[in-house]
Amino acid sequence: MSQIVVKDRIPREELMAPGHLACPGCGGSIAMRLVLKALGPRTVATGPACCWTILSGPEPRSALGVPHLHIAPGATAATASGIRAALDALGDTETTVLAWADAGDTSDAGLQALSGAAERNEDILCVCHDEDACMNAGILCAPATPRGAGTATAPTGTPRSHPRKDLIGILAAHRIPYAATSTVAHPVDLIGKVQKARAIRGMKFLHILAPCPPGWKVADEETVDLARQAVRTRVFPLFEVENGQRWRFTTDHPGDPVEPYIRRQGRFGHLTPEQVRRIQSEVDARWEMLKRRVEAGI
Amino acid sequence: MKRIITDDQAVCWGVRLARAEVIAACPLTPQIQVVAELSGLCASGDLMARFIQVESEHSAMAACIGASSAGARTFTATSAQGLARMHELLHRAAGARLPIVMADINRTLAPGWTMWSDQNDSHSRRDTGWIQIHCESTQEVLDSTIQAFKLAEAVDLPVMVILDAIHLSHASEPLGIPDSAEVDAFLPGRASRRKLDGDDFHTPGAPASPVFDMELRLRHQEAMAEALTTLDTVDEEWGRRFGRRYGAIESYRTEDADLVLVVSGTVASTARHVVDQLREEGEKVGLVKVRLFRPFPTVAMRKALSGIPHVAVLDRNLSPGHSGILAGEIRAALYDLGPGRRPAIHGYIIGPGDREARPETILDCIARTREAAKNPDASEREDTWVGVRS
Repeated sequence: MSQIVVKDRIPREELMAPGHLACPGCGGSIAMRLVLKALGPRTVATGPACCWTILSGPEPRSALGVPHLHIAPGATAATASGIRAALDALGDTETTVLAWADAGDTSDAGLQALSGAAERNEDILCVCHDEDACMNAGILCAPATPRGAGTATAPTGTPRSHPRKDLIGILAAHRIPYAATSTVAHPVDLIGKVQKARAIRGMKFLHILAPCPPGWKVADEETVDLARQAVRTRVFPLFEVENGQRWRFTTDHPGDPVEPYIRRQGRFGHLTPEQVRRIQSEVDARWEMLKRRVEAGI
Repeated sequence: MKRIITDDQAVCWGVRLARAEVIAACPLTPQIQVVAELSGLCASGDLMARFIQVESEHSAMAACIGASSAGARTFTATSAQGLARMHELLHRAAGARLPIVMADINRTLAPGWTMWSDQNDSHSRRDTGWIQIHCESTQEVLDSTIQAFKLAEAVDLPVMVILDAIHLSHASEPLGIPDSAEVDAFLPGRASRRKLDGDDFHTPGAPASPVFDMELRLRHQEAMAEALTTLDTVDEEWGRRFGRRYGAIESYRTEDADLVLVVSGTVASTARHVVDQLREEGEKVGLVKVRLFRPFPTVAMRKALSGIPHVAVLDRNLSPGHSGILAGEIRAALYDLGPGRRPAIHGYIIGPGDREARPETILDCIARTREAAKNPDASEREDTWVGVRS
């Protein structure tokens, strides 16, 4: 098992101010804070309508220490491509362009523009802070919502019936230079991956699990522990893919049973033991597939 | 330098001479020639711009918004379905006050699936907050493209340069290509470089409460008013340097006219020919060509048409359930001119879907206007459809 080597610990510099509008325990705000720490001030961010539209604050205030261009749903990666082109045209090839979107936009409306940017191998860093649904609009079901989860548009009586889209699989299939997963419970892993991505020219994609207490129906203080448990249970494995070919795990995944992870979340409260067993078998199957990719060593 | 080129190529010459820095576009007929030629110019280094071929027009405008926000002189081109697909982002570009220039090649919106021209694609973007300039000739397309950058950057508003599909986009005409150094003197690099790093441009597009938003709309409206004056200044300087002027509107042989045609786009050339013909026969007929559609040149229009007994507005578009769009604009602009000054306004629908507008079509409109003039209620009547197959 390879390890990310992080020479410096978490940077002290804060590029996200307190006083932002995130809910208590918001995983998305932890993700942004850590990513900006890793990128530093030479960063320009853009993003669609999602939680981060609200979190950075209303005009003319901003909780972010970097510029943040708000754009329409589905347009983030294209907007980032335009910013990159302009910076390059004006002689600035060093500033990182950060395309930041939630799971809803990344996996749905934004997927076309994301695929276009990946195909052009734009020199941008695309981050999906994955809270498993469109949380800011009222906990709406999204293609990123896991099977069985109750949401406002797929309530517990008729919960999400399909498995979630495999975002990393989709991006890896574009053979972009770098794609990786991380979570808000793994700051050293996350910062290492952001710094690694920053040094690579071309398209980078980072998928960060960021639990959402109101959406997942858990207590505010459970965010980090849930993210950690998602990795231990192999619900959300940590790995990276280079050029769509070299798949590598970046931590240990002991394979704890999924049931306790499911049972502590209100959004899964309606599931029968049979349904939980089905989720376990899906997690096992996906893990085996991922393991085969890693073991193939290509 | 004189050349014979198509209008799509004239657009490219304009963009090249204006030294655009970022171009993002998604190819579709009949704008493909623009995209192909510009990508070639960028690849050869004749134009030192970053070229992004995006996967949709939504992404094209998004990329333009990103690029213009970051300070680059930015251009795109589209047509019909592509323009409609951009719609949401057109509002964003204008609301964010970004000086993006776009060529829109007026093509009929589907269905039916067609490559032919009409004006509904751009006219139904009327309220997005973009400046809209209609062109009549290849030379006007080239000149307007360069003027558009100067105007856009002076008032911080995006500009749409509009040309008819096929009739202009694929037609070749001789034109003079301005001297590059002289264009540089007319249009230096983007002046007020707003960048995504200043304190005043930190989170553009962030949620705005009603406490701020209404004032932003007022500033936008004021900028539109300013654009009317600025267009004149820009056009005057262009005329001084290059010997050609266009104005917001053009009055052609309207002196002592008792009937004036109002048109925009290439049909102006046909109308001009008809006016010349009728003038030779002693008829007092004139023409007003509308070049600037947004901001609407209301004052100039009132001045041009005040006291003219009969005005015939020829629309190659339609606002279903209302009227020809230009006719509606003219009626609104002239409504309160007062007795004896306000013309009777006759609206003619002559070519949605690119029904051919021949000289005979325009003569037909004139004959119908003369006939209607005998009816005292003429100005209240609805638009007449001319050229419909029986």
